[in-house]
Amino acid sequence: MGFWLIQGLNGLALGGLLFLLSSGFSLIFGLMRVANLTHGAFFMLGAYVGLSARWAGVGFASSVLLGGLAVAVTGGLVERLILRRLVTRPPAQRTLAQVLVTLGLAFIIADGCLWLWGGDPMPLPLPAALSGAVRVGTIAFPFYRLVVVLIAVVVAAALWLGLERTRAGAMIRAGVDDMEMASGLGLPVSRLFTGVFCLGAGLAGMGGVLGGPILSVYPGLDTDMLPLALVVVILGGIGSLSGALTGSFIIGFIYTFGQALLPDLAYVILFLPMVLVLVVRPRGLFGARGA
Amino acid sequence: MADALAIVGLRKSFGGLPAINGVTITVRAGERRLLLGPNGAGKTTLFNLITGELRPDGGRIEVFGRDTTGLRPDRCAHLGVGRTYQILTLFPRITLVQNVVLALLGVSARRWDPLTPLTAHAALWTRARAVLARVGLDDRADRPVVETSYGEQRRLEIAMALAQSPRLLLLDEPFAGLSQPERHLLQGVLAAIPRDVTVLMIEHDMDVALALADRITVLHYGQVIVEGTRAEIVTHPRVREIYLGG
Amino acid sequence: MKGFAVLIAAGLLAVPVVAPPYYVNVASQILIAAVFASSLNLLVGYAGLTSLGHAAYLGFAAYTVGWLTTRAGLGHLAAAVLALGLTTIMAAFFGLLALRGTGLTFLMITLALGQILWGIAYRWVSLTGGDNGLTGLTRPRPLGLDLTPPAAYYLFTLAVTAVTLAGIAMYVRSPLGAAVQGSRDQPRRLQALGHNVWMVRWLTFVLAGAAAGVAGLLFVYYNQFVAPGVLALTSSAEALLMVIAGGAGTLPGPVVGAAIVVALKTIVSTYLTRWVMLLGVVFVLIVVFMPEGIVPGLARVWRTRWRS
Repeated sequence: MGFWLIQGLNGLALGGLLFLLSSGFSLIFGLMRVANLTHGAFFMLGAYVGLSARWAGVGFASSVLLGGLAVAVTGGLVERLILRRLVTRPPAQRTLAQVLVTLGLAFIIADGCLWLWGGDPMPLPLPAALSGAVRVGTIAFPFYRLVVVLIAVVVAAALWLGLERTRAGAMIRAGVDDMEMASGLGLPVSRLFTGVFCLGAGLAGMGGVLGGPILSVYPGLDTDMLPLALVVVILGGIGSLSGALTGSFIIGFIYTFGQALLPDLAYVILFLPMVLVLVVRPRGLFGARGA
Repeated sequence: MADALAIVGLRKSFGGLPAINGVTITVRAGERRLLLGPNGAGKTTLFNLITGELRPDGGRIEVFGRDTTGLRPDRCAHLGVGRTYQILTLFPRITLVQNVVLALLGVSARRWDPLTPLTAHAALWTRARAVLARVGLDDRADRPVVETSYGEQRRLEIAMALAQSPRLLLLDEPFAGLSQPERHLLQGVLAAIPRDVTVLMIEHDMDVALALADRITVLHYGQVIVEGTRAEIVTHPRVREIYLGG
Repeated sequence: MKGFAVLIAAGLLAVPVVAPPYYVNVASQILIAAVFASSLNLLVGYAGLTSLGHAAYLGFAAYTVGWLTTRAGLGHLAAAVLALGLTTIMAAFFGLLALRGTGLTFLMITLALGQILWGIAYRWVSLTGGDNGLTGLTRPRPLGLDLTPPAAYYLFTLAVTAVTLAGIAMYVRSPLGAAVQGSRDQPRRLQALGHNVWMVRWLTFVLAGAAAGVAGLLFVYYNQFVAPGVLALTSSAEALLMVIAGGAGTLPGPVVGAAIVVALKTIVSTYLTRWVMLLGVVFVLIVVFMPEGIVPGLARVWRTRWRS
């Protein structure tokens, strides 16, 4: 009984982190039709920035925000200076170019992190207030993981409110639905793209800092996290916030239980659903606009 | 001889909207049939259904007595259905003659050969140049498509379709955007097509089209409104209504 | 052109004579990467299908031959034939899955399949040795020749590379190859002309997998060792880099790309610790400013200068 509860809560915590990682990816993909393969590196960069902030004595919450901000700014630069140049290409080439460029940028950011912070895995220090365990009967569960789940839910709610209740949110939803129509109706495409890219990157960056105490920060975190973001988004649907939420928790559970019960095949269990979904519904996944 | 094309009760909807709403057409072998109708009448959709690029929701299509309903496009091509496209879909990076060779390969077993160099198949290249000569493009055969004019590309479209040795040729607005001399040239090409090829043509250019057609079918909102000879169509009140009235 | 080819052939054969052993080894690595990149180019450049999981075939072949020789006690020839055969079968099966879509769907499926294989290599420790991989592998002795010295292995690799690249060139220049390229540019039209676009793509996928398997064998014999890293996403990404940087859809492109990436990894890395960053920068610059790749890009520059 204890085993299931602990793994279940671990799964929830991982799901929370995955939501922060993949919600941004999903928004960027949904609105801008860019498969942002730099997203794992964004997560990692945020984690490293948060790490330095913590070492410098900055408070935990501020470190999270700082990490998110640093990555949001990086994302904005990437979008304005590089991705923008690819927009003029014909659609078939544009997708490939975006994939390749974001791949190259991931290499650059990953190596940059290795340069600045070295190769040793490092846990992000938790403040005393958030460490320790919660006891329920005979089971002790790290308090911080519950906090992560809570934060993820809060962020999800904030994003939902932002999308449903604000003008910017309405514009984003319109753009995700039908870009051609929306821009024809006067949507400020350029600013919206930069904004959403910064938002998505920032979310990933914050996720990285929040994940630091659980996953540690290490070279290779980017290539570990990116495929997970892809799986979540494939399962949950592109551009769908609720899809990212459900997908994140499903993957969080699958991965955690998979690790615990069938360690040899943990990765297979993770990616098999992704393959199955894509193979069974290749068109339905990407909506009416197709792949 | 079986009819070239027999369509019965064909239906196709897109997201609840019927594009083809119970179409029945019979085209006899060797006939020149003109398909008329305002934009959105479903003419190109009909072509896509005949060539297998779209699957119908209901009804039946027979080409020379063979049931081709829902058959894949490559199978339809092998049964002798050839077509040109309203929007040019040529292979841009290669030359005109290379484009035609691809068309010739489509109906030849050689298309599966992974070993011998394509350049070594001399017969193919000779035939390709001959087809280009039919449309007056043999002097430009070795130019890449991107370096040719719109009129030349439209003629290449025709050449590609002719290269398939079709028994049923579907032409989708072949005269669109052509200059007067180009139109004249193309008229000659189409008139020269032998009667063992049946031609079904969508066209808006009235003078040219009416001159070529034996019979005319008028489509509107996915249905056949009227069918008959040129004289019958031109005086038909509903046709006047569609084109001049509402 | 003929003279150029003779010059290159002479240069390649001269390497073990003029270069010190370290560089001969680098040359071997370049050739292995060239085979891998050329196999991926069949998909990316000629069929227009971008795969981010091509390392699966190289890695599977490498692991299979390693396992068959060290754990199952098979001889080198039998192990190689079996490994290539199984890799081809795997490519045939994976191709059925991946070709359910094109574009991004294809990319995602190939990525996922690659990750599954990597996950197995990494986690199923009893089978694959996990993080430590398979060690204690030996090089084959074709016709009794000893391939341990760098020069000998280089010439062996050169021969295998030449045959494989010649095979790829033959495929690309054939009628089927023309159809493959047609399927990249106008798949709908090609189908309407009578070609079976899915079959054309699937056959190319299988061939690409088999050729990557050849690279896998060369790789494992060279290193005499195989670890999960060979199946990682970075491995597939590097191959993609090689193809794009050199010039997708050309025959010399992937070879040039392979030379650049391997040179950066081996030679430049001894002088510049931040060679990965340089790799990323080079890549981004090429995609943004010279998207057709180095070989076509330079050819274009050469032609324009020649004309003026």
